[in-house]
This record gives sequence, C-alpha cells and structure tokens, in this order.
Amino acid sequence: MKSHLRGLRQLVVAGAALTALAVVAACGGGSSNNSASGGTTTGSADAVDAALKAGGELTYWSWTPSAQAQVDAFMKQYPNVKVNLVNAGTGNDQYTKLQNVIKAGSGAPDVAQVEYQALPQFALPGSLVDLNQYGFSQYESSYTASTWASVHAGSGLYGLPQDSGPMALFYNKEVFAKYGIAVPKTWDEYVAAAKKLHAANPKAYISNDSGDAGFTTSMIWQAGGTPFKTDGKNVTINLQDDGSKKWTATWNQLVTGGLVSSIPGWTDEWYKALGDGTIATLPTGAWMPGVMESSVKAGAGKWAVAPMPTYDGQPATAENGGSTESVLKQSKNPALAAAFVRWLNHDEGVKTFLASGGFPATTADLKDPAFVGKGSAYFGGQKINEVLTGAADSVVKGWTYLPYELYANSIYGDTVGKSYQSKSDLNTGLKSWQDALVSYGNQQGFQVNG
Amino acid sequence: MTSPLRPKRSKVLTGVMVLYLLYTIVPLVWLLLSATKTQDDLLSTPGLWFGKSFAFFANIKDTLTYDNGIFLRWLGNTLLYVVVGAGGATLLATAAGYGLAKYKFAGRRAVFAVLLGAVAVPGTALAVPTFLMFSNLGLTNTVWAIIIPSLVSPFGLYLMWVYSADAVPPELLEAARIDGAGEVRTFFTVALRLLSPGIVTTLLFAMVSTWNNYFLPLIMLSKPNLYPLTVGLTQWSNQATGVGARPIYNLVITGSLLTIVPLVIAFLLLQRFWQSGLSAGSVK
Repeated sequence: MKSHLRGLRQLVVAGAALTALAVVAACGGGSSNNSASGGTTTGSADAVDAALKAGGELTYWSWTPSAQAQVDAFMKQYPNVKVNLVNAGTGNDQYTKLQNVIKAGSGAPDVAQVEYQALPQFALPGSLVDLNQYGFSQYESSYTASTWASVHAGSGLYGLPQDSGPMALFYNKEVFAKYGIAVPKTWDEYVAAAKKLHAANPKAYISNDSGDAGFTTSMIWQAGGTPFKTDGKNVTINLQDDGSKKWTATWNQLVTGGLVSSIPGWTDEWYKALGDGTIATLPTGAWMPGVMESSVKAGAGKWAVAPMPTYDGQPATAENGGSTESVLKQSKNPALAAAFVRWLNHDEGVKTFLASGGFPATTADLKDPAFVGKGSAYFGGQKINEVLTGAADSVVKGWTYLPYELYANSIYGDTVGKSYQSKSDLNTGLKSWQDALVSYGNQQGFQVNG
Repeated sequence: MTSPLRPKRSKVLTGVMVLYLLYTIVPLVWLLLSATKTQDDLLSTPGLWFGKSFAFFANIKDTLTYDNGIFLRWLGNTLLYVVVGAGGATLLATAAGYGLAKYKFAGRRAVFAVLLGAVAVPGTALAVPTFLMFSNLGLTNTVWAIIIPSLVSPFGLYLMWVYSADAVPPELLEAARIDGAGEVRTFFTVALRLLSPGIVTTLLFAMVSTWNNYFLPLIMLSKPNLYPLTVGLTQWSNQATGVGARPIYNLVITGSLLTIVPLVIAFLLLQRFWQSGLSAGSVK
C-alpha cells in the first residue's frame, strides 16, 4: 500500500512539472505574473528588522515535530506577528503541493521547510527568495561548513540551516558482544563483521538496505564521489566516478552476498528489527538518537555510537538528511518571512529545536560543553555527542545535489532498485539511473553531460 | 440424483473458495488484532495474535483525541464529501442516464463517444490539470475542490444509461404521458422507482470511490483540517519517517479500522437493494 502510494506520488513529482507548464502556458499567465513581481523587491538587513517591528501575518509549511513549539515561542516574543503553521505533508507530499502552487501562481506559503536535497530543485528555477539581499551571508561563521554549503544553490543563499545529519555508525553493542564482533573502523572490517554475524545467526543482518536514494548519495559523498555537478544550465552526471565505484565495491559485497536485510526503512517491521537485534547497525545521520529514544524503546541500553567506518581508516563522513526553511517568491512580505527564518535558525528558535531532540547545524551549539558532554541514558550513558559533533567536523567537502534531485530519487527504485532486487552489481543500476537522469535533464532544458 | 438446487460439491472449488476466504479475511483479522495493541506491542508481538496488553479502547480514545481530535474532523469531512459528492453524482448520473436512454435528440451518439472516452481516463491523470483550473478559480483549499470533481461520475452515468434503457418500459412512459403527467413528474414518480436498484448500485460505486479518493484531495488541499480520512491517515503514517520521526502506528491502524466501519454499515444497509438489482430481469 505504502509503496503504491509512493508510486503515485512519484508520478506526480514527475508529471506535475510537465503538465503544469503546459497548462499555465496555455492559460497565458494570468495570476502567475504576481509571483514574479513579488520576489523582485530588493531588501536589506534593516528591512528585516523593520518588518519584524511592523508585524504582519505569515503562513509556514513544515512537518518537523518542533514546528508548533517554535511558532508558539516566536509569537510570544513578537506578538504583532501571526504565524499560521500548516503541516501540508511530509517530504514529497509537501513538495508536490509546493510545485503545484508555484506553477499555479498562487497559494504558496511565505516560508516552507525544504530538505537540503530538494533545495536546488526549488531554488534554481527561481521559486525562492535569495537571502543574500538581506545580508544573511554574514551568518556564515555560525554554521558548519557542510550545512552552509547545502543552503546554497549557485551563488544564491536560500535558507539558513535548521539541522544537520553528519553520519555515524549506530550499532547494537549487545549483539556485537554476543557474537564477538569488534566495532569496525574500516569498510573492509564492516564487511567482515557482516559475514561473521550472518553466519553466526542467519536471522541477523549487519544492516538493512533495500535501495534508498538518500542513503546511496550520502555513501557516495562519504567515499569522496561528486557524481553531480551543476553550473547554471550545465549539469554533469557521472555515477561511475572514483567515489561511486569505491562505494559499490564495498556495498556490492553486502548486497550480492545477501548480507543486508531487505526490510524497508521507517516501517513498523524496521522499528521492530532495530529493537530485537535483527538489524545490528545503522550508518545514518546524527539525528537518529532522538528517533530511537522515542520510537525504539526496546533498544534502550543496547545501542551505542561510533564514528563511520571509512575506506582508509582516516575520519571522513557525509551528511544524511536535514532541512532548511526557505522564503517563497510568492510571499507578500518577504522581509518578514526572512526575519522568521532568521529567528527559527539563528536565535531562540534553535534552542526550541534542540530541546525536542534535533541535532544542530550551529557551531556554537556543537561546541557547547553542556551539549557535547551530555550523557545519554538510552545509549547506556555514552556521551554520544562527542562522536556526533566529531562527525560534523569531518564531512567530506565538495558535494552538490542535482537540480532535479526529487525526480532522481523518485526513479531510483526503477533503476538501482533492480540491482537490489536481483542482488546483482550495483554499478549496472547506477548506470541505468545515470542514463535516465541524463535524458530527463535534457528534456527539461538542461545541458547534461553524462 | 442431484437436483439443480443441491449441486454436487466440488472439492477443488471448495478448496479455492477457502483460500479466497482466507485471502480476504486474514488482513481484516490482522487489522482487528493489531487495533488491540499498543505501539510497543505492535513492534514486539506476532501479527496474528493478541499482544501482551489489550489496548483496543485506549487506542480508540487516543485516535479520537490525538492532535485535538483531528480524526473526528477528518471523518466529518469524509462524510460531507461522500454525502454531497457521491449523492450529487448519483442524482446527476441518474437524471442524465435516464434522459439519454429515453429521449432521442441530436448529438446523442457524440455524448456516448465522449462518455466512453471519459470512463477510460483515470481520475489520477486529471488531478493536476484540475488543480491548476481550480487554482485559477480560487477554489483550491476549499471543500468545493473535492465536491465538484466528485459530482462527475462517467461510469455511473454509463451504468444508469444502460440500466434505464432496460428497466423503464417505453409503454409505461407513454401511459404516464397519456394520463397527463409532465416529463419531470414522470421521472420522479414513475422512473425513479423502477430505477432504484440501479441507483443504489451507482450510489455504492460513487460512495466507495469518493470515500477512498486519495490523490485529488492530496494535491487540492494543504490545510489538514479539510483533509478526508485517506489523506489524514497517510499523514499520520508518514510521521514515522525521517528526521524527528514520531511513529504512531497504533493510531494509524485503529484509525484505518474505524474508517472502514461506515463503509461496512453502508454496504449492509444497501445490500438488499443491490442484490435485487443484480438479479432484476433475470427471470421473466
């Protein structure tokens, strides 16, 4: 059922743009003209403060569980601003709606939560307000380098980082102890651990992976790959570069050898497997502890965190997940919207976000001894933030997402997913993903080399 | 000797039917059993048996009260969309089907061609263009964005057309006219009664499709307090995904169970009419 729905959604992400373009073009503009004129207002840093003083009303689309508390705190601090919080859907559901209202020319919120991977898809066609005009580039030093890079598309600044997800290795130390497995420091050791574990207990797997685009891109990122390069209309796609091949060389052993479980992530089965030891590790983002504490209660005291295994033993990791908040060009009060974004991710808003279990992108919080040294009861008292903040420092530089990453992710299952299903060479899947992305990009008016 | 009313039993057919019964019943049993479990039990106990606790009533209470009782709001929305949308669709399909079957006028064949074409186009394909049209009219994010498209049921119209052609004898209409009844009166007093099995069938189809409609409300509505149950429950289910995930599978499951209850009731109540509709005209 779930995958069926996802299929429908993918259809839309793909189809919405095309159909919408055709219909809007046929209607000859109409109300869609407003959207362009609304965003061209140039502002300044003063305009933001003035707008905050003047007050007004904003609509904010977000699905983060912290949103309500943040909005309440903001309105308490600035009673003359009214923020209407709308949960318009999670991830792709929201993007589908956002794309539709952008094409339709009306109905967009002032501020919307956008994941880093989705940002270029909205920023490059000019749907978002460039926050450079409000002088927000001065906040660069407040954020980690990797998240600061993630809120840029070209030279434009389209949000301030809300959270970050430097990857670490979450492992079930009880399972590791039971089968005498040492915590792997390299990917070779990880593969060896996978074999040892599965041989000792055929029901247990080192991890689960049924083919997830976000995980794949993060892993290629960690391996030093830069398969996507964008320069305006010119896009280069090379999913066979050194980094991509480095990752497939490791991960092929796990997939073709049947050493990773095919339980899809975020299902009830997956939550269950995390609790009962069926899945022994998770290489994932630093935001995972909050999820485990609230939703994998059976795993309390069993899990621990270690740095990501690497190819050469030197620290290196990648980002996985994370969002920003962007101001839409349709906003009638972009300066006030920008002020709200600044408050959410630079001022008090960050504290509210952290209080509900988020992992910060702000360097001050990442260095705060109280945050770094905090022991986690769930993880048996381990000071997990020592590991996780360390990960934030060792994110490999130079990564960019495709300007149509959402579409790319939506066809991942039809291409790379086939390699997972047949337990065959992932490179074959990556090649067919690349071919599909090159031809789609060219159809969309990009100059794609692949 | 086997009489026609007591046919010989076929072991193969019985076996196939038992398998089919299991196929249809097991998911329902799973749903019922799962609705009795807490979130923790759901993740730690076998799917087809009871968990350690019996949380059925607590789950129902939580489902109805979670997020300020938004579930009840969604249920009310769904009922509104079904009553006005499916009810209106049935009325329109009946009147139009009757008219097309019983009156000869120019362009009838063209309507038939358009109708067959419309049956072939899935609603999903029309959703995005419909969205853009409604957005220009300023109707998105209102109940009308769901009700107006639901009023159009090409399949229902086709069904009523075919049904009216057979179920309303022309002699009866002539008799009514001779007796001095106007066309409108004839439709409401004579035809409607004869058509009622067909109407109920059309109503059931329209109800189920409006009740299950997912895609149209998904893209039309961005205010959660206008969602129907389908979109609302998916939102609850998606809460289990990604950064800051808060799974509430126990509420999603209990909500799903509560969602099918009104449909089951509707089927039980309308079953009589529907059955007589299926067999009508088989014996003369």
